Amino acid sequence: MKREDIIKPENKVYSRPRLLDDNIMHYCPGCSHGVVHKIVAEVIEELGLEEDAIGIAPVGCAVFAYNYIDCDWVEAAHGRAPALATAVSRLHPEKVVFTYQGDGDLAAIGTAETIHACTRGENIVIIMINNGIYGMTGGQMSPCTLEGAKTATTPYGRRIDLNGFPLRVGNVVSILDGTCYVTRQAVHTTAAVRKAKNAIRKAFLNARAKKGTSFVEIVGTCSSGWKMSPEKSNKWMEENMFAHYPLGDIKDTDKTE
Amino acid sequence: MKDEIKLMKGNEAIAHAAIRYGADGYFGYPITPQSEVLETLEALMPWDSTGMVVLQAESEVSSINMVYGGAATGKAVMTSSSSPGVSLMQEGISYLAASELPALIVNVMRGGPGLGTIHPSQSDYFQATKGGGHGDYHLIVLAPSTVQEMADFVALGFDLAFKYRTPSMILADGIVGQMMEKVVLPPQRPRRTAEQIKEQCPWAVTGREGGRKRNVVTSLELDSAVMEKNNERFQRTYREIENNEVRFEARFTEDADYLIVAFGSIARICLKAIEDARKEGIKIGLIRPITLWPFPYDAIRDAARNVKGILCVEINAGQMIEDVRLAVSDSVPVRHFGRMGGIVPNPQEVLDALKKDFINK
Repeated sequence: MKREDIIKPENKVYSRPRLLDDNIMHYCPGCSHGVVHKIVAEVIEELGLEEDAIGIAPVGCAVFAYNYIDCDWVEAAHGRAPALATAVSRLHPEKVVFTYQGDGDLAAIGTAETIHACTRGENIVIIMINNGIYGMTGGQMSPCTLEGAKTATTPYGRRIDLNGFPLRVGNVVSILDGTCYVTRQAVHTTAAVRKAKNAIRKAFLNARAKKGTSFVEIVGTCSSGWKMSPEKSNKWMEENMFAHYPLGDIKDTDKTE
Repeated sequence: MKDEIKLMKGNEAIAHAAIRYGADGYFGYPITPQSEVLETLEALMPWDSTGMVVLQAESEVSSINMVYGGAATGKAVMTSSSSPGVSLMQEGISYLAASELPALIVNVMRGGPGLGTIHPSQSDYFQATKGGGHGDYHLIVLAPSTVQEMADFVALGFDLAFKYRTPSMILADGIVGQMMEKVVLPPQRPRRTAEQIKEQCPWAVTGREGGRKRNVVTSLELDSAVMEKNNERFQRTYREIENNEVRFEARFTEDADYLIVAFGSIARICLKAIEDARKEGIKIGLIRPITLWPFPYDAIRDAARNVKGILCVEINAGQMIEDVRLAVSDSVPVRHFGRMGGIVPNPQEVLDALKKDFINK
């Protein structure tokens, strides 16, 4: 069989989502953002939401998310994305509004906005990439940095007595009455990517159905910040991050009702 | 049609005027002395009449960021607060200015610094007119002196904000916020339709309907050459506003030997002092800046041409006096009189201050 016989439209099993555009991504090799961007673009496209989806970008590595996913975006101040999303969603209830944030943005400076958007049960999707570090500013400790992890501001490893405990944000927002779906996922294997995509799809459907706030935490890697190869980052994440941040659904009101 | 005359507080007038303007959203947080704005809106339930969204936020930080999100979608959105709360909003206000978004912010000033007092003050003049947040930007600042102006400046503030795509501020004080007086409320206007917003705000983030190119509202630009161009565009807008939008009131300035410059509620107290002085044969004129930015430099320079002295009366330690001095250079002596801590001077104190500075030297 010749190459030309194989490359035919009917044999196509995969294509890049239409909403992921041609701009060259600034993300480092091994970073999880690219995969999650792809999933978000696929879900928006597959649900037919490209005219209805409005994204709120964070401050952090994903600040330029609006350069890659082809929907309307507002770039928020640090941590404030859920406040912007609240207003956009209330003023445009026919739209599907999502935030895309990192753990530094959401779990430190943005805790008040997050907790209260979730408490009010805003019909929005909150996606948080938890890589336990501030990537954009050069690898400082975030609230989600694991004990012992070396960062630019914990050069000898995070100490509980000095810096407190790593924050499980998903568990925190799961106890708030306004959240309908809280899950923790990863994108380090094909199987994990499939699960994460299902979670994000469910979250977007919840927002469309006005079920309340959906919170999707994705445990991800930061090879540059962690100072590990992409391959080693995945291994370290499995061995260490998943122990503190176990994967799976934390809350799903569809199943408890 | 007969005017609809009501008796109400300035804060209440703001709330009524916002609904009647056809505002799309209000996001606020309680703080004395302006909580009646949010309270009145919640009591009037405009979501059932005009469809206006009203939401009590978890903080002033969230309020202004809700305004930022709403403004990015082309909606007419506003917030109100008082001095400490407005300090918390400065980051969001800077983002609004940098993203060239229209919005209305109301500051019913109380005495500071810090938690200060709940009593009236005008000590946020610098913050409102000179920037407040980070970066090179200006707000259009309107200073109401009556409850009527509290109502009227809602529409004016929104209209100017949309005309120039920049946030505007009503800089009121606790007196005009809390004082009750007669007010003619504007007629009810319809909220703009989605089509009108699309036409007026083609930049608005409303979803890529019809498959149009995506709209992105951001203040971020890492390319310095582009960022400088952005700043130059902001500055051109500010020059245009300075050329077109200066507003002030001049009283008794034609034959005046002395000039008082005062804004907001204290200008009315000064007017009483001026009337009392006329009975004693002392001729004082009044310039009341209505736009604090852009500031009426030319009007003050013209009015000061034949006077022996200018008294700048403010309920603060002397802030607007710097702009008055800029207006007249050293051509005429300029003095400040003010009270602080939430104390409002009476007309006699104002007149005594003017006599002490310029007549009984």
